[in-house]
Amino acid sequence: MTDQASQPTAHPDTDDAVTFTLDGRPATARPGELLISAAERAGVYIPRFCYHPRMEPVGMCRMCLVEVSGPRGATLQPACFIPAEAGSEVVTNSDKVKKAQDGVLEFLLVNHPLDCPVCDKGGECPLQDQTLAYGPGESRFVEEKRHFEKPIPISDLVLLDRERCIQCARCTRFAEEIAGEAQIDFAGRGELVEVATFPTEPFSSYFSGNTVQICPVGALTATPYRFTARPWDLDQVESTCTTCALGCRVAVQSSANRLTRLLGLDSEPVNHGWLCDKGRFSFEAVNGDEVSAGPALGNGQPVTLGSGRPRGQFAGEVAETASQVGRITEPMVRDGDRHVRVSWSEALSEAASRLSAVREAHGPGSIAFIGGGRLTNEGAYAWTKLAKAVIGTDSVDAQLGDGLPAELVLSLPRATIDEACSAPVVVLLSGDVREELPVLFLRLRRAALDKKISLIELSLRSTSLTRYAEVSLTLRPGDSPAVARALVGPNASVPTHPAGGSFALEDLERARALIAGAGHGPDGTGVVVLYGRPSFAEDGAVTAAAVATLATAWPGARFLPLLRRGNVHGALDMGMAPGVLPGRSSLEHGHAWFSDHWGSAPDARGRDTTEALRSVVEGGPGATRALVLLGADPLEDFPDRVLATRALEAAEVVIAVAGHPGPALDHADVVLPVAVSHERPGTTTNIEGRVTRLGQKLVPPGLAWPDWTIASVLSDELGYDLAIGAVTDIAEEIERVAPAYRGFAPAFLDQVSGHDGLVVPLGAAPVHTVEPIDPMATPGVESVERQGAPPRVGLTEGLSRELLAALHPDDGGEGAPPLLRRTAPTAVSIPPPDHYSLRLVSTRRLYDHGAGVVASPSLAALTPPLSALANPSDLARLGIGPGDRVRVSSPRGELTLVAEGDSGVPKGVLVIEFNVSDPDQPADNAVASLIDASAVVNEVRLESL
Amino acid sequence: MAVTDAPRIVTARLDHADSHTLERYLATGGYDGLRKALGMTPAAVVAEVDAASLLGRGGAGFPAGRKWSMLKKDPVTYLVVNGDESEPATFKDHLLIERDPHQILEGVIISAYALQVTQAFIYLRGEFALGLERMEEALNDAYRHGAVGEDIFGSGFSLDIVVHPGAGAYICGEETALLESLEGKRGFPRIKPPFFPAVIGLYGQPTVVNNVETMANIPWIVTNGGAAFAALGEGRSTGTRLFALAGHVRNPGPYEVEMVKTTFRDLIYAPSLGGGVREDRELKAFVPGGVSAPWFGPKQLDLPLGQDEVGAAGSMLGSGSVVVMDETTCAVRASWRITKFFFRESCGQCTPCREGSGWLERIMYRIEHGGGREEDLDLLMDVCDNISPGVNWPPQQTTICVLGPSIPPSIAAAISMFRDEFLVHIKDGGCPFD
Amino acid sequence: MSHFTTTNATRARQLIALYPEPRSALLPLCHLAQEQDGWLRPEAMAEIAELVGVTAAEVRGTATFYDMLHTEPIGRYLVSVCTNIACILDGATELLAHAEERLGVRVGATTADGLFTLEESECLADCDHPPCVQVNHRFVRTTTAQKFDELIDELKAGGRAEEIPPHGTLVRIRRNGGLRVEPQRIERERARAASSAGERAG
Ligand SMILES: Cc1cc2nc3c(=O)[nH]c(=O)nc-3n(C[C@H](O)[C@H](O)[C@H](O)COP(=O)(O)O)c2cc1C
Ligand code: SF4
Ligand code: FES
Repeated sequence: MTDQASQPTAHPDTDDAVTFTLDGRPATARPGELLISAAERAGVYIPRFCYHPRMEPVGMCRMCLVEVSGPRGATLQPACFIPAEAGSEVVTNSDKVKKAQDGVLEFLLVNHPLDCPVCDKGGECPLQDQTLAYGPGESRFVEEKRHFEKPIPISDLVLLDRERCIQCARCTRFAEEIAGEAQIDFAGRGELVEVATFPTEPFSSYFSGNTVQICPVGALTATPYRFTARPWDLDQVESTCTTCALGCRVAVQSSANRLTRLLGLDSEPVNHGWLCDKGRFSFEAVNGDEVSAGPALGNGQPVTLGSGRPRGQFAGEVAETASQVGRITEPMVRDGDRHVRVSWSEALSEAASRLSAVREAHGPGSIAFIGGGRLTNEGAYAWTKLAKAVIGTDSVDAQLGDGLPAELVLSLPRATIDEACSAPVVVLLSGDVREELPVLFLRLRRAALDKKISLIELSLRSTSLTRYAEVSLTLRPGDSPAVARALVGPNASVPTHPAGGSFALEDLERARALIAGAGHGPDGTGVVVLYGRPSFAEDGAVTAAAVATLATAWPGARFLPLLRRGNVHGALDMGMAPGVLPGRSSLEHGHAWFSDHWGSAPDARGRDTTEALRSVVEGGPGATRALVLLGADPLEDFPDRVLATRALEAAEVVIAVAGHPGPALDHADVVLPVAVSHERPGTTTNIEGRVTRLGQKLVPPGLAWPDWTIASVLSDELGYDLAIGAVTDIAEEIERVAPAYRGFAPAFLDQVSGHDGLVVPLGAAPVHTVEPIDPMATPGVESVERQGAPPRVGLTEGLSRELLAALHPDDGGEGAPPLLRRTAPTAVSIPPPDHYSLRLVSTRRLYDHGAGVVASPSLAALTPPLSALANPSDLARLGIGPGDRVRVSSPRGELTLVAEGDSGVPKGVLVIEFNVSDPDQPADNAVASLIDASAVVNEVRLESL
Repeated sequence: MAVTDAPRIVTARLDHADSHTLERYLATGGYDGLRKALGMTPAAVVAEVDAASLLGRGGAGFPAGRKWSMLKKDPVTYLVVNGDESEPATFKDHLLIERDPHQILEGVIISAYALQVTQAFIYLRGEFALGLERMEEALNDAYRHGAVGEDIFGSGFSLDIVVHPGAGAYICGEETALLESLEGKRGFPRIKPPFFPAVIGLYGQPTVVNNVETMANIPWIVTNGGAAFAALGEGRSTGTRLFALAGHVRNPGPYEVEMVKTTFRDLIYAPSLGGGVREDRELKAFVPGGVSAPWFGPKQLDLPLGQDEVGAAGSMLGSGSVVVMDETTCAVRASWRITKFFFRESCGQCTPCREGSGWLERIMYRIEHGGGREEDLDLLMDVCDNISPGVNWPPQQTTICVLGPSIPPSIAAAISMFRDEFLVHIKDGGCPFD
Repeated sequence: MSHFTTTNATRARQLIALYPEPRSALLPLCHLAQEQDGWLRPEAMAEIAELVGVTAAEVRGTATFYDMLHTEPIGRYLVSVCTNIACILDGATELLAHAEERLGVRVGATTADGLFTLEESECLADCDHPPCVQVNHRFVRTTTAQKFDELIDELKAGGRAEEIPPHGTLVRIRRNGGLRVEPQRIERERARAASSAGERAG
């Protein structure tokens, strides 16, 4: 990516600004800045098609020609390719320029089918718009136009109409330059140049939707949106995608209370306008047609989502699954082994009386709250308060056994995403970023390719970033603490080979050398550590121990947690973990403050999900007896199926707050329908601590309520007034009592910029000055706005004085608890490898069997089939051929699967992906039946059948 | 009819049937220039070439010495030789490649030494199957002879040469498209700036790109001195040049003649050269320098074959091809066919060239085949103007490379010289020459 | 499994080794695949993609830019008739019409017996022998309809094998060995050039 493109935060009026003449008036540009963008900031819009501010210019369409003075007089030059030169004279409005623009538009229309009435782009088409603004009146072209078969599907999600293509190379550049997967490329020559896939390889990129978003004509269309609406029917709101925890900014568009489309908004610190296809298209799950949940749940049949889905076919054919999936829209209570529909007041009083009964009989600690990553910050806060103050239990856990200890995450010095993409050395210890936080992958890939960062990867199998890493160390489960010690060790040589790691010692040496060269001494300054949970079959304590080792050795390093799920970071910030309280305070130090504000706070540290489920099963005095599921389904999302099933069976009370059906609802005594993404306003906090707005675009279906409303009314039932009349009440309370959010008023988000949000604690990260982004970058956003939908939150250049003052709050919070400080993690002892077994690794896939994918017809078929992946040498040793059926067994259970060799898997390791099912088996989460969540590592045996 | 007695420089050896072999090459003074050059400093070799005022023979006519001195200093630089010769009616490089490959190699080795380049690539048009074989054979022999490879002739200078086959695309003759093609990509010309590969070229490194014939002149220049070369010709156009004469002449063929001292009339009519228009018909028009060049008529016959002289008269010597059209030629059909060529060969990047070439071709086809309308003539000129504003020579452009502005000249020339002929086509609903 | 034969797989590796970057070998490898299969089969393109480190779509995209690379099957003999300016001044239009009639196919098509594909080509740079014809990119310098017919008859009878080998321009090209200059030596010379450049600059 050019420097010009990635520096929109610098100010033009620095000393080295370039002064030139634009249409007779003086103008300034940053050194090296392209004319097209310098002119744009000066208020002169130069028409364009191929130029996109986030990609390298190619100068192909020739729409941006302007006159530039040079040694041979004024000549026509492409403004998208020529940097502004000091002293040059640029004319954008001469007759010569106008004739050239006229000419280019006429040429573009020569072979264009002009089928606007049946084109999705009609009404928001730059070609249409610019023809009106700059183009010739009528066509002088009387010849036969060129014809192609149209449209042709190039993937499950994208259709290509080659007649409409204007050869701007935006899509092919995106695929090659941004996504790094040139599955589409130009083919042919001259007039026959067309975008094409290889015949046997569809455009299966996780990022394909971006090409549709940036196509300036209707050549690329997305199947989920095709023919669903016209821009003038659409309404939109600015929001944040919470499919993963990266926080990409989006425009959410709807028509008649149905979501029609999500488009990426350009946020400089986060997503640069891009989205992954899961984030873009899983809105279909929100639209999920209402099923009357009574019969589906009442006959004791688990709702087996997605069974019988056709695979690998184009999405149009699977529409019938939408109705099978649907949404939870009415409150229900159990009646024997049936669920019956009831009113909200009946459901809530039933829930309250059951919870009160358990609490009275067994104490507040007998109630546990599981989930919360799908809530808004406000919802998370309300539920935390309900749990920790009203009920008095600290057993609240938004991470379903797939996360990392909250105290560690919240206490490490935080890096921003920008820092992670510009630090001299980036150490990555996590799963596959492309599968988990896809748009972060895009940014890291570019940063590594552009040599902005040196990437050192520590992973349990090779990942999509491996080829961009300078050093990639493949570890086995349990190895990371030892490797971390070796990385930071004082001696140049590594004393002993870390257990089992399958990498060369030179690689470790190279990594150490890179780190030593990162910059400013041995304290880790210049190093950013990205860390996440690399496998569901390895205890989070392992990664925590490795990360703690790095943090201790490198006080100057910064850390970015790669938590994956929705608003999980916001939930942790709101106190949804044992041992913490809202605003990143510890239970220990925050107890007094929160008791003051809330009237009460838990007296003892609570249980996390694994502990709570185990406690339910083990029973005894003080055990967990009631489970409140907050938009979470342990039977699908928790790594240990056996434990989850036993716990749900054994629990005395199960209350489920749910938007989508799932197997756990079978066990629920009370089901409370909740509004999901795009159905409620609020805020969310991403992995870097950036708070952005969630927009409400839809009225929740049926009787579903926003998350915080349910908490508030349930609290009333329990006899406590949460004092919430509106989301803003919660936001104000958070600002008042949650230390990391001190001084943060959501109203700031309107003031700074709707796009970028603010990182908490305020002052911890630079605030970007937002510049208006080229509306042509995402044609579908501006057009909807122009055609009458309420404008996006205003873009204000510069910051108000009040805001600036607030960003550096003088600590007005007398007596507020300090932010969490890092404490030594509990040591973890790694069992030695068992030579008869393989160590199980279970990683994430983007398309899994979670509700967002399964309930989105366009995505459901994309979930890959499940297999067991092992190093080819292990397969050979065990006498197993690729494609053979094998039995995988653990002390927990066994599975029959197809084995495949994969040289990216280290020896001694077996990979079975999480939440991806075998097509021949019921669509449940197969690997979860093998995993013991309480084990540090999981060993499995593999035998041929 | 004065045809000068200037020595033949690049075709000296071609009277021998085995001119392509190492034996013949060595027997006729081959690789002497290289030995001499290796005894000079690289800078001294550059100075000789500069003194020769050798203008590039690929089409643009840029002085080779100047180009060389623009090569940006960098540890990694390349020399790339352009043997893609695809400009219609140009067949001089074809001759040199098939008939005297060693002369080209010697030029390349000397140039590489002068530029201190250790890797050179010779990009040959893919359709030259025999030429590719001959060149590769010659290269194998040259390696064996010690003229290329490690420690050439014991001088300490080392060079590797790779012969690279093209695959059929005219645009790959444009030097930046050639570099893309050599990098294994489609031949999309690179957008300027940078204007010269000498700054950013092959694999992003500074690169000199020179034509095959340009290279073929180097051994003679080094052997005989730049001054001897500059003594031939006149002004900036020094030495001899190989012209490809085609069309309605008695003796079509490649002719090496002294620049400036020879005129178009000499080339077309001298008995030892073209021998006059076939069957003594009237000359109607001729293409003076490849089909990108505006046409000339009988009035320009006495123009000297000099770059600046032809430039001042509104056209160019370009690729060194001269196509003679006699009175039986249909100007509409000739310019339609040239337009069709550019339409088929446009790389497709720039809107005006990609769409404009097809539009122009369709109109021209329609006129030639009887479907013309009177307003088509203005339309043609206006479409041309949108590709090359002003439709003048030298051209202005709305495109990345000069293929775009190469489309209008034949149309504009045909319309301005033979407007009546167009009108007859339109009025009669067909071609009067059929 | 390699789609290239063992010999060709070796040649492919040698070709790649000639270039500073593997992708540069893309066109030569396409020629090689055509020499082996007669046209550029998808399997070959997929293998070339792997060999030079790009996607199959990029190989296909690049190959389809070039006229000599055929992603659909063509005849054993590719007959190219030039109709560009010099050749139409000397009967190329008529020769092409004759060729269509003689072969019984239109331009671009292949005869039913799979022997001939007829192509209207752009200038082949042999304009002093118009109209210019190539078969499998070997000049045959045919000018008249009669000579054209003789050529076709001869080819049908299996003649001219020596003169006209199968399609693929590398058929008879064997480079004796790869690059000869040791990479270290190149490095050294480059370093020397760089330092002397530095001195000159300084
Ligand atoms: C469309 C186009 C086609 C060209 N074709 C050729 C060619 O076939 N051979 C050639 O040597 N130069 C060709 N050129 C010129 C080259 O770009 C370049 O100027 C030349 O190779 C430089 O070599 P020289 O300086 O020795 O002439 C072409 C230029 C254009 C714009
Ligand atoms: S002018 Fe034509 S040939 Fe040249 S780059 Fe543009 S489209 Fe390609
Ligand atoms: S050429 Fe500049 S925007 Fe397309």
